Amino acid sequence: MSRRFILSGSLIIGILIILALFAPLLSPYDPNKIDVENILSPPSKAHILGTDSLGRDLLSRILYGTRVSLKVGVVAVGIALLIGVAIGALAGYCSGRIDALLMRFVDIMLCFPTFFLLLSMVAFLRPTVFNIMLIIGLTSWMGVARIVRAEVLSIKEREFIRYIKAMGAGDMRIVSKHILPNVLPSILVVGILRMGGAILTESALSFLGLGVQPPIPSWGSILMEGKSVMDIAWWMSVFPGIAILLTVLGYNLLAEGIRTLAISRS
Amino acid sequence: MLSYFLKRLFSLVPLLLGITFISFLIIHLAPGKPSYLKEMNPRISAEAQERLIRLYQLDKPILVQYIHWLKRVIKLDFGNSFADGRKVIVRIRERLPITLLINALSLFFILLFAFPVGIISSLKPNGVFDKCTTLFVFIGFSLPSFYLALLLMLLFGIKLGCLPISGIVSFNHSQLSSGERILDIAKHLILPVSVATFGGLAGFSRYVRANMIEVLKQDYIRTAYAQGIGRGRIVCKFALKNALLPLITILGLSVPGLLGGSVILESVFAIPGMGRLLYEATLSRDYPLIMGGVVIGAVLTLLGNLIADLCYAWADPRIRYQ
Repeated sequence: MSRRFILSGSLIIGILIILALFAPLLSPYDPNKIDVENILSPPSKAHILGTDSLGRDLLSRILYGTRVSLKVGVVAVGIALLIGVAIGALAGYCSGRIDALLMRFVDIMLCFPTFFLLLSMVAFLRPTVFNIMLIIGLTSWMGVARIVRAEVLSIKEREFIRYIKAMGAGDMRIVSKHILPNVLPSILVVGILRMGGAILTESALSFLGLGVQPPIPSWGSILMEGKSVMDIAWWMSVFPGIAILLTVLGYNLLAEGIRTLAISRS
Repeated sequence: MLSYFLKRLFSLVPLLLGITFISFLIIHLAPGKPSYLKEMNPRISAEAQERLIRLYQLDKPILVQYIHWLKRVIKLDFGNSFADGRKVIVRIRERLPITLLINALSLFFILLFAFPVGIISSLKPNGVFDKCTTLFVFIGFSLPSFYLALLLMLLFGIKLGCLPISGIVSFNHSQLSSGERILDIAKHLILPVSVATFGGLAGFSRYVRANMIEVLKQDYIRTAYAQGIGRGRIVCKFALKNALLPLITILGLSVPGLLGGSVILESVFAIPGMGRLLYEATLSRDYPLIMGGVVIGAVLTLLGNLIADLCYAWADPRIRYQ
């Protein structure tokens, strides 16, 4: 079961990475080329997935959208992992007061409905792609911190850590060389899972017009456009969503596969 | 029970302080000084900007600013909305009921479906039914709610034309009789509540399944089987009760997700609730309204968790005496 999950998940993501890398070669048209003669034309031989309200080729826009989505996934999760692992490891390793304080901070952050927090930050920052990634990262590290803390807590009590400590290794060395490598599988799983989540969040923000700004093609913003022409151009609101669904599904399958594999191995 | 309640209530104080402090920090996320706010929202008049500086005391030292902000927040005074000059708390209060109604309805339906689905798949893990629900769960986790909303709008609103796709009342609502009015609102709520239900169902049925599998492994269940008690009775009476307990906490924890989800849901379906209010406030950079919404959202989450904890303590005496 886990093998099949990993295989199908990595197949989907592998294909997406190839599509993102070779988007300029694979796209039949320039994604931003306006064609007033072909406004909102339905799927046809010339435009396989149809065109949008400016006559731009939908397939090309979706292909280029892969780039934004994958990038947002990687960078936002990178930021979340950086904060989450640092806080989780510090809390788990130091325990006592520092632990209590840091975990209270995590509790407080979890009280905010994520989307409320996102909106408030969007309102104060310029909507550049980097800021969107930053905001998503800043609002999604709490789960990582909790998982890392729990694992560090249990690993640091093990025999081999005590042995290394008795040999005179410093705290920094113990954490980075001996504890964190053992937490890596969990970090990997939660990281992949969060990538799907980050892509969902970005597409939702862009769908609301608060994320990636035009003319950069993003699946969410194409869907936003699709909603406004829903009654005359169904293809605009159907195809970009399939891309989001498949991408997030790929990450989720991969994460679940690795998770069950790790459980069955241990 | 009372001492437990008081203890829990007291533990909320640091959380509330933290919530207000982090919300306060968000105001300072903007690089530079209030002039930056003007750049973000060119429509802010000099007078409104002046009001903003006075509202948050932006010209004072940062600690003074926070204490000033805290004093106002405790009195639920978030200042006046830029959009219409009315009190923020009043605007939020009039939008909150519809958001709570939709969330309560979808929670009801989530529970209604999650229990049978979770229980049946827990009886035969990896059976045919379980595999089908696993597939459904994966799709449920990966499907953006707004995309599902669009697809349903396309199908029921435009292709079939049998359901309204925006707002909560029809244009002729005021001319309808009271019975027809309720029917009218119900019709408008079908699609939003379905979307919200679908989103939560995947996760919740998973929790029910996992808890049931755990409980069904316990010794007391085996004892019950050994005593010759029927399977139906064991599952429904003995196992379910214990599997239910952790779900109370999960319900409490799902509050922020539901509230956050209502931003998207209410924006898609043009429902005049708190989520849409916050969305509109973000679009127009109505800072007092945004900050009020964030704090109220977090406080509602805190209340949800408190209620869940109290229910748990009420249902499970072991908690109370820890």
